Amino acid sequence: MSATATPRPGRLSARDIVRLGAHGLRARPLRVVLSALGIAIGIAAMVAVVGTSTSSRAQLNRLLNSLGTNLLTVAPGLTLFGEEATLPDESMAMIGRIRSVESVTAIGLLTDAKVYRTDRIPAPQSGGIGTYAVRTDLLDTVRGTVRSGIWLNNAIARYPAVVLGAATADRVGIGALHRDMQIWLGGRWFTVVGILNRVPLAPELDLGALIGWRAAQRYLGFDGDITTIYTRTDPDAVEAVRDLLARTANPAQPNEVDVSRPSDALAAQAAADKTFTGLLLGLGAVALLVGGIGVANTMVISVLERRSEIGLRRSLGATREHIRAQFLTESLLLSLLGGGAGIVLGSAVTAVYATAQSWPTVVPTWAVAGGLAAAVIIGGVAGLYPAIRAARVAPTEALAAT
Amino acid sequence: MTALREVDLDIDRGELVAIVGPSGSGKTTMLNVMGTLDRPSAGDVVVDGFAVAGLSDRELSALRARRIGFVFQHFHLAPGVSALDNVADGLLYAGVGLRERRERAEAALRRVGLGHRLKHRPHELSGGEKQRTAIARAVVREPALLLADEPTGALDSQSGEGVMRVLLDLNESGTTIVVITHEHVVASHLSRQVSMLDGRVVGDRIAA
Repeated sequence: MSATATPRPGRLSARDIVRLGAHGLRARPLRVVLSALGIAIGIAAMVAVVGTSTSSRAQLNRLLNSLGTNLLTVAPGLTLFGEEATLPDESMAMIGRIRSVESVTAIGLLTDAKVYRTDRIPAPQSGGIGTYAVRTDLLDTVRGTVRSGIWLNNAIARYPAVVLGAATADRVGIGALHRDMQIWLGGRWFTVVGILNRVPLAPELDLGALIGWRAAQRYLGFDGDITTIYTRTDPDAVEAVRDLLARTANPAQPNEVDVSRPSDALAAQAAADKTFTGLLLGLGAVALLVGGIGVANTMVISVLERRSEIGLRRSLGATREHIRAQFLTESLLLSLLGGGAGIVLGSAVTAVYATAQSWPTVVPTWAVAGGLAAAVIIGGVAGLYPAIRAARVAPTEALAAT
Repeated sequence: MTALREVDLDIDRGELVAIVGPSGSGKTTMLNVMGTLDRPSAGDVVVDGFAVAGLSDRELSALRARRIGFVFQHFHLAPGVSALDNVADGLLYAGVGLRERRERAEAALRRVGLGHRLKHRPHELSGGEKQRTAIARAVVREPALLLADEPTGALDSQSGEGVMRVLLDLNESGTTIVVITHEHVVASHLSRQVSMLDGRVVGDRIAA
C-alpha cells in the first residue's frame, strides 16, 4: 500500500511566502525600524533632491510663463577700442518701428546721482544704488509689480518722486511707505511714492531708484543717454527680432550693441544648480549603500539567531528553497519598508521646502518608482548571502542548538 | 566516531515503540535517521515504502512534509504566534492552502484537548499545553510516522502524564509512534521497548 511516486515538495503560494517573510520581521519590530532606517534615509535624500529640483524647475516654468520669454534687452557694449559705447538717441524710436515689436521702453543711468536715506549720511556710503530715469511704460514691459504705494504716472513723473526697487528699499531701510517719506537723491529730496517687488527679468532694477524721465532732466540735468532698452516682441518672432536689434539700434556700429534675452539667463541659472543636485544624489547613494549593509548585517544575525527555527521548518518539510525564499523575502520586505518610508519622508521634505519657497510641489513618478526599485535591488542583494547561509544550515545541527 | 552501528529495526504500522537508553547511547541520532533529518553513512532507511538513500534532499523534505511528524523536548513553537497558526504551519510545506490549514489545525488541536486554546500564544500556555500544541502540529498532516524526542523531558510528571495519554490515544486511532526517552517510567507505558547502548540495539521487548 506504499506510494509509488517519489514525494514532491509542496509549492508555497506568494501569499504564504510574504507571510513567512513578515513573520520574522514582526517578532523584532525595533530591529526592523533601525535597520530599515538607513535605507529610508538614503531613499528620502534622493527623492527629496529630485523632488526639490523638479519643483524648482516647475517654478521656473511657471515664472517664465507669467513673465513671458519674449522680452529682449538692448544695451550699449564696448567700442573697438574698449571704451564704453553709447546708443544713438533715435535708437528707441527705430526699434519701435520693427514690425513684430509690441512695446519698447528705455532707462538711463544717472551716474552722478547717488541715493542716501538722509542728507546726513557721508557721501561715500551710497550703497551701490543706481538712479535710473525711466519711462512710465517700463513696469508693464518688464512685467514688474508694485509691492506698496504706486508706480510713476505721467503727472508724478514730472516731479521729484521716486519708486524704489525691492533691494533698494531694504538697503535704505524703508519697509513700508507712509506719507511724505523722502530720500536724499542727487543732492535734493525726492518723495518715495512706491516700492517694487523683485523684477526677475530685469534684476538691475531691484537695486535702483527709479525717477521720471522729465524729472531727471529738470532736476538732475540728465543728458538723455540710454542705458538699456527693453522691448517686448511677438512671441513667435523673438529670434527674428533679436537678429535685427543691433543693426536697428545702431546702424553705424552694430557691433557696439549688446542684445540679450533675460529669460535665457534665468534658465541658465537653474541649470547651474544641477551640479549641486548631483552632489546630493551622491550623498543619497552613499546612505543607501550603508543602509544596504545594515540590512545585510541584520539578516546575517537573524539567520544565526534563528537556527532552531530553520531546523524546525526543515523538520516540518521545508526544502532548502523554501528556507532561502523565506529569508530573501524577509530582506526584501525590510528594505521595501525602508524604501516606502523614505519615499514618504522625501516627498514630505520636498513639500515642506517647496511650500516654504512658494514653489509648486512636484515629486516625479519616476523618482518614486526608482526609489522602490532601488529598495528591491538592495534588499535582494543584501538578503542573498544570508538566505543562502540559512538554506545550508543542517536540520539536525539546528535542532540540537536548544 | 560512530553514533549508530549495526542497527536493524523494523517498525510496523500502528506500533507504539519506546527507544530507551542512557544519554550518549545514540537515541537522538536514531530519531534523526528515522526522521530523514540525517542520512546514515552506511545502510539504508525505509520510511513508508521510500528508501531514503535513493531520494534527494528535496524529496526527503517532501517526505517529511507529508509522512513524518516530529515532537521535540523543547516544543519549538514560534513565539508570538497563536496555537492555531503554529499548528497550521505543520501543513505549510505540504502545499495546503491557508484556509484548509487552519481548519485542519483547529481539528488537530481539539483532538489533543486544546479546543479552548486556539488563539492563545505559546507564552500563555502551560508546558503540557505547549507540548500538546507541538503534537497537534505533528499530527495535523496525518503522518505515517510520529517521532517524539523526550516529549515529557521538560515537563512535570502530571503534565507528562497528560502528554503520554495524548500519544496513547493517537496510537489507539492508528498513528505509528516512536518515543525516545531515557525514563523507564515513560517507556513502561508503551507496548514495545527497544533498548540502546553505545549505538547498538541491546534489547527489543514487546509487552504482553
